[in-house]
Amino acid sequence: MNTDMQASPQTMFTETEIGKQKRWIENGMRIFFLVMTSLMILPLLLIIGYLFYKALPVLSFEFLFTNPKDNMRAGGLWAPFLGTIYLVVVSLLVSAPIGVFAAVYLNEYARENWFTRLTNLAVVNLAGVPSIVHALFGVGAFVLFAGLGESILAASLTLAIMTLPVIIASTTEALKAVPMSFREACWNLGATRWQTIRRIVIPNSISGILTGVILQVSRAAGETAPIMFTGAVFYKAIAEGNLFAYNITEQCMALSLHLFTISTQVPDVTEGVPYGTAIVLVGSVLLVNAAAIVLRVYLRTRKKW
Amino acid sequence: MTTPMQTNSDNGSQNTPVIEISDLKVRYGDSPALNGISFDVYQNEILGIIGPAQSGKTTLLKVINRTLELTPDTTVEGSVKLDGVDIRTIGDVYGLRRRIGMVLPLPVGLPLSIYDNVAFAPRTAGIRAKSELDEIVERCLQQAALWDEVKDRLDSLGTKLSGGQQQRLTIARALSHQPEILCLDEFSIAVDPVTTMRIEEVLKTLQTEMTILLVTNLVQQAKRLANRTAFFLNGDLIEIDTTDVIFSENPSNQATYDYVNGTFG
Repeated sequence: MNTDMQASPQTMFTETEIGKQKRWIENGMRIFFLVMTSLMILPLLLIIGYLFYKALPVLSFEFLFTNPKDNMRAGGLWAPFLGTIYLVVVSLLVSAPIGVFAAVYLNEYARENWFTRLTNLAVVNLAGVPSIVHALFGVGAFVLFAGLGESILAASLTLAIMTLPVIIASTTEALKAVPMSFREACWNLGATRWQTIRRIVIPNSISGILTGVILQVSRAAGETAPIMFTGAVFYKAIAEGNLFAYNITEQCMALSLHLFTISTQVPDVTEGVPYGTAIVLVGSVLLVNAAAIVLRVYLRTRKKW
Repeated sequence: MTTPMQTNSDNGSQNTPVIEISDLKVRYGDSPALNGISFDVYQNEILGIIGPAQSGKTTLLKVINRTLELTPDTTVEGSVKLDGVDIRTIGDVYGLRRRIGMVLPLPVGLPLSIYDNVAFAPRTAGIRAKSELDEIVERCLQQAALWDEVKDRLDSLGTKLSGGQQQRLTIARALSHQPEILCLDEFSIAVDPVTTMRIEEVLKTLQTEMTILLVTNLVQQAKRLANRTAFFLNGDLIEIDTTDVIFSENPSNQATYDYVNGTFG
């Protein structure tokens, strides 16, 4: 062995200039990334805290389960709250199956050719279209052409068109995360594509697929533009406490539009009400997202590689 | 390993061909992978297939079980006959794939339990009876020399096994549909030498029941196991002969001699 190599173990472990520099950079970068993370979280906490503080006087069970009153200057949120639930549920009932199955086709069956390339391009670009454009499309296609009129159905379909490309994209990501070698192993065993999808691909991507779908709840619930011309209405009183108070061929109120109206169109609103509305909107979205996280964690623990 | 094992007996070779390949040409897009190769594979032989990377060995296996069709933009010409039937005329491609067991270079434990891994192919073929599946699972795990290690935890995940165990699981899975032909594509690449030797012992016993195509990067593995050996180079079949001839001082092609003696290029 070379004598230099044997030199002394001590010198091997004393810190060199380069080592010191590396350590400084390492620490510096970690602090930098931490600061950036805080910058992201801080405004979020401030917003929610401020809303909550302002909304505190009006928040109650009654607030959620009574209709607005006094020309929407006071009262609760029942009609817009239930309307938002209707819009979100109906739109996802349409967009989730179509989006997920379309993604399965594009990822598992379709061969790479001009058609699939065009489809993928369309999906990516549709996901970036501003919501007001979807609104105009909805007016033309569903309200006028399909003759649905301004209704929950027309508004939900418009929201569905808006969420569809994102669901396709997120589902595709989830499917791509399943290693190709699993599929090849199945094919080598004489499994059809469908058997492979059903037994291996879907069970191992379902958590990602569901998360992608559920995250679209917040988008569908939060958007105002796509629904304001297609089915959401300024004011409508409905039976309080009745979950089936709306008919999907009729118009409904919605939290996002309601918040917009009472903040800008109605004078002398009780101070806490707009904040309360915002809290209910944000709160329900966060609740759904939390449910998505719980579901994801649960399905992850069953993930098998 | 100093003493080469004498397994190259005459069993198998020189009887009926199970696979007849004639003038097989394969291209990926414009780049050729196999340039018109022809040879037969005989019943119950172990045919070693050696050759450097990019010589078309894996492509050949994919042609035989028709999984190459799943790769876009490939062209196949010539014919491959299995028991005298051109495989491209076989309507039930899934049935064809079940007649051929395939073991890939990297072990792939499907994200299922050990039991379900082995029962996967029988189930896709429509076998539902628990007793029948139990019997298949035990037989295949026994054959792959894995049974003793996993018999007490058949419901634990196949993906959690060690690499060598997963490769034996892959072999058990490939045997689960009772193939006539077993193709192994560099199975020992991710397996330790001891496990490799165990699998090699397994292959020698399996030879009595099926025909084995052994693609390998370890020329010594071909020498140990194969009755005949084929040498592939850049998509051409340079030479196919009994293993004794290929590894002798005078195979008919100089390139073969150089490759098996490690003086290639």
